Amino acid sequence: MNQIEEQEKKLIEEFEFLGDWMEKYEYIIDLGKELEPMAESLKTESNKIKGCQSQVWLFPSKKDGEIHFSADSDALITKGIIALLLRVINHQEASAIAAYDFRFVDAIGLKEHLSPNRSNGLVSMIKQIKLYALALQN
Amino acid sequence: MQHTAHRLLDVRQDFPILAAKVNGKPLVYLDNGATTQKPVEVIDSIAQYYQNTNANVHRGVHSLSQMATDLFEESRRTVRQFLHAQHEHEIIFTRGTTESINLIADCFSRAVLRPGDEVVITELEHHSNIVPWQMACQRSGATLRFIYITESGEWDLSQLDEVINTKTKIAAISHVSNALGTINPVEKIIAKARQVGAAVLIDGAQAVNHMPVDVQALDADFYCFSGHKLFAPTGIGVLYGKESWLNQLPPYHGGGEMIKTVSLRETTYNDLPHKFEAGTPHIEGVIGLKAAIDYVHKVGFDQIQQKEQYLLDAATERLLGLPGLRIYGTAPRKASVISFLIDGIHPYDIGVLLDKQGIAVRTGHHCTQPIMDKFEIPGTVRASFSFYNNDEDIDRLIAGLEQAIRILS
Repeated sequence: MNQIEEQEKKLIEEFEFLGDWMEKYEYIIDLGKELEPMAESLKTESNKIKGCQSQVWLFPSKKDGEIHFSADSDALITKGIIALLLRVINHQEASAIAAYDFRFVDAIGLKEHLSPNRSNGLVSMIKQIKLYALALQN
Repeated sequence: MQHTAHRLLDVRQDFPILAAKVNGKPLVYLDNGATTQKPVEVIDSIAQYYQNTNANVHRGVHSLSQMATDLFEESRRTVRQFLHAQHEHEIIFTRGTTESINLIADCFSRAVLRPGDEVVITELEHHSNIVPWQMACQRSGATLRFIYITESGEWDLSQLDEVINTKTKIAAISHVSNALGTINPVEKIIAKARQVGAAVLIDGAQAVNHMPVDVQALDADFYCFSGHKLFAPTGIGVLYGKESWLNQLPPYHGGGEMIKTVSLRETTYNDLPHKFEAGTPHIEGVIGLKAAIDYVHKVGFDQIQQKEQYLLDAATERLLGLPGLRIYGTAPRKASVISFLIDGIHPYDIGVLLDKQGIAVRTGHHCTQPIMDKFEIPGTVRASFSFYNNDEDIDRLIAGLEQAIRILS
């Protein structure tokens, strides 16, 4: 099991302890509030991923072979889901991120947020994460 | 008094989907501005058509084709009466309001608009009454001009005499705003257009389900609406056009049905309305549209308007009781549409948490980005009511919002 899969497994287990939708969303919203703040200087037009409903900003950096993403959103639930995504992939190797399929989102019952119908910017964000990871592989 | 109004109309049992559960909760459907639900008469008419009558229209000598054609043309008569048009052949079936507007914008760009001409739209328009005109102006070299809106979401007509002038060839305006609910004084634009010889197209997508429309009394040159916002199936719409205009404009799509004679090099076009109805039409949609209009007549616009005014007033009052809630669109004359934001909360978050409670609203910019830009907001939450909604829907909306506010604060 690689580190991404370990993170993923922990997260799925955490969600199994949560009861109804309300507990789940309260947890996601709390994670959103605790998300490491993104520097305002990084919230530029070129780092913006425009959703129809909510907007997402994403910026990658690479240190000692590990990739670190900073991200933010104007919507709190979107932000919470970003926090979940980043918990799994941050500080991993680019090649592992590029190959990863974000299986956990479905496993914890949040698949609807990655539906194109939601137009919350998350689908485009995942695409962008993969493009960055591919570009930063070497 | 208010509860008397509420008791006047209870038609929920006519709409099977209203008994559905969503996310384990009874559905509260408040996204009628996006599409309306369908009464059982409409659903049955489609099944009946395929079980008993299915055949292509206007082309067969066989009996089934004749029966299908009769039903199809009966629907055109029903739509003519519904809009109070003078002639049946002034009713063109399209895919929806969007196609109706594109048809006129495209034909105008090829046959009417020239460099130096002007086209007028308003800041209140849906993207589908903005983009086709931008395209038409690009193609023809005409200039696009605008009527802007006030803080209450009403047209600012103070510059009307300047904006609509002798260069204006057409004004394309909405009857009711989809995002804010404003009922627009279209008659003022039409009166001004008559003075300068300009045509007027009215986007009636958000009007026909709320109020009776008389295109002759309005003196509209074109009037467009979608079936699916009028309790009919998706994929069917109407373009009304004055006979003189429709005869003058070139065809939009080429194909079968719209021709009289075709040789390899040239074609003579069919008469109205067929000239604008190329190809096999959406037959069951046309038949379902008739069933929907018959249903609306059965309920009656008096009853519909009384119920919707009650729902609008009651919901507005209850919503304004929530802390930090602001309504966008505060015109005195509104359809039963309420667009709002709650201080410090993104509309997307509210939409997600209401959905979890079985409540369907629309969130986002509602395909009206210029309006959101004007108010400098990312979007709104929009609750749009139809006459089948009731007090319980309002109670559930308010309770759902209180829950969402609690979770998000």
